[in-house]
Amino acid sequence: MNAFDYHQAADGTQAIEQAVRCQQAKYLGGGTNLVDLMRETVERPQTLIDVTRLSRDITDTDGGGLIIGAAVTNAALAGDARVRRRYPLLARAILSGASAQIRNMATVGGNLLQRTRCAYFYDTATRCNKREPGAGCDALEGFHRYHAIFGTSSSCIATHPSDMAVALVALDARVHLRGPAGDRQLAITELHREPGERPDLETELQPEELIVAVELPPLAMAVHSQYRKVRDRASYAFALVSVASMVELDGDTIADTRLALGGVGTKPWRAWQAEAALRGQPATAATLAAAVDAELAAARPLPGNTFKVELARRLMIAELSQRLSDARNGGDA
Amino acid sequence: MQWTINGQVREAEVDFRTSLLDLLREQFQLSGTKKGCNQGACGACTVLVDGERINACLALAVQYQGREITTVEGLAEHGKLHPVQAAFVEHDGFQCGYCTPGQLCSAVGMIGELERDLPSAVTADLAAGQIEWQRDELRERMSGNLCRCGAYNGIADAIAAVLAEELGEEIAR
Repeated sequence: MNAFDYHQAADGTQAIEQAVRCQQAKYLGGGTNLVDLMRETVERPQTLIDVTRLSRDITDTDGGGLIIGAAVTNAALAGDARVRRRYPLLARAILSGASAQIRNMATVGGNLLQRTRCAYFYDTATRCNKREPGAGCDALEGFHRYHAIFGTSSSCIATHPSDMAVALVALDARVHLRGPAGDRQLAITELHREPGERPDLETELQPEELIVAVELPPLAMAVHSQYRKVRDRASYAFALVSVASMVELDGDTIADTRLALGGVGTKPWRAWQAEAALRGQPATAATLAAAVDAELAAARPLPGNTFKVELARRLMIAELSQRLSDARNGGDA
Repeated sequence: MQWTINGQVREAEVDFRTSLLDLLREQFQLSGTKKGCNQGACGACTVLVDGERINACLALAVQYQGREITTVEGLAEHGKLHPVQAAFVEHDGFQCGYCTPGQLCSAVGMIGELERDLPSAVTADLAAGQIEWQRDELRERMSGNLCRCGAYNGIADAIAAVLAEELGEEIAR
């Protein structure tokens, strides 16, 4: 690990002032990813600005949503009674990730900005366009069981690792940002970039811009939302495929739905194509199959991860079927 | 810099790169906390900070100034083993012992989470205020602590015995 300077910020505004003053500064949340990457010399900041003193509050909005401070820990968010009741997929997604120890440390802001666990990105002896733009990608011809099938490019196939972010894109969360130029908000579906030819540019954040909060809009159907994760062992592993889902029925018609996938995308993958093919359609097996096919048409699997296409297909159909069944039973109750 | 470690205020000036794990072991000779993977994968370095379990290897010591840190050396009180420690002895919760300090601190933290009715990934009804304690809950909640000897059955038995004793929660095998 290279030597660095350390500052603790009292709030977001001070953090930005410190970051503007310092060369090559990085914001430090719980450190569960950044400290590890610094130890591997993948990250080499000259200054760390500790932003864990930012808001740790979860507050209700007038409309029935929630605003989550960036420094709220993953464990605190998953344990919040309002999240468990109103947005159960978010609690389940967070609890499906990492270990209890890591969830106690990791922050909401840090979770969104964590970096891929692509083994080639981590191993400085290999070529990686994300680590070193233009160097090449050893993952393309390597072991790609854990790599993406959506949003990939000839430069990068690294998977976005977050479970929490998959739930947040399904919920249409908004990210509150603060930067040298002021405050702004971004739809979380717009936060992460697909790699294209610049896999080193992972988000739409401007230099020194900081996530200060995440806002969950009110969403009635989220009460029956779920998150299901398939992985190589029962616990403490990254997703092979995960599915965040919810539906709203109007009689036998799918009035509305949200569907997002983890473990398969270069960014947390909102299944826009499937959603469009579900809305306003009869709640039948044929509708589900057609919708899932519409999404998977964009999949670009490699030999080592072709299985993810069929796994994603079966998981999406199983989950959507269960949500429809839950909605019908909920409607009767 | 200053920390409260096992109830004692301790001071040291350390490089910003120093992890909480290295601070405990190298500066304060508290070598009970173990360095396994040093990358957050094994849980051998688990300690309690203000009662919550964390991986000391991923924690920069500078970030934890002023906090109350409890290591395995701080679990016993007045020369008497902590109930979790006694249960590990009683139920063969270890073989080589290297992961044991992390397992013990993690189990103590987990019991605290139970007392606060916090859910896990296998909790069926997340909206329910009270957790129904099954054996799969216990194993899921301890998944951040690896044991290469494979003493998991003994570890689960030990923790289940403590829960039965302290909380009246009988957990079926």
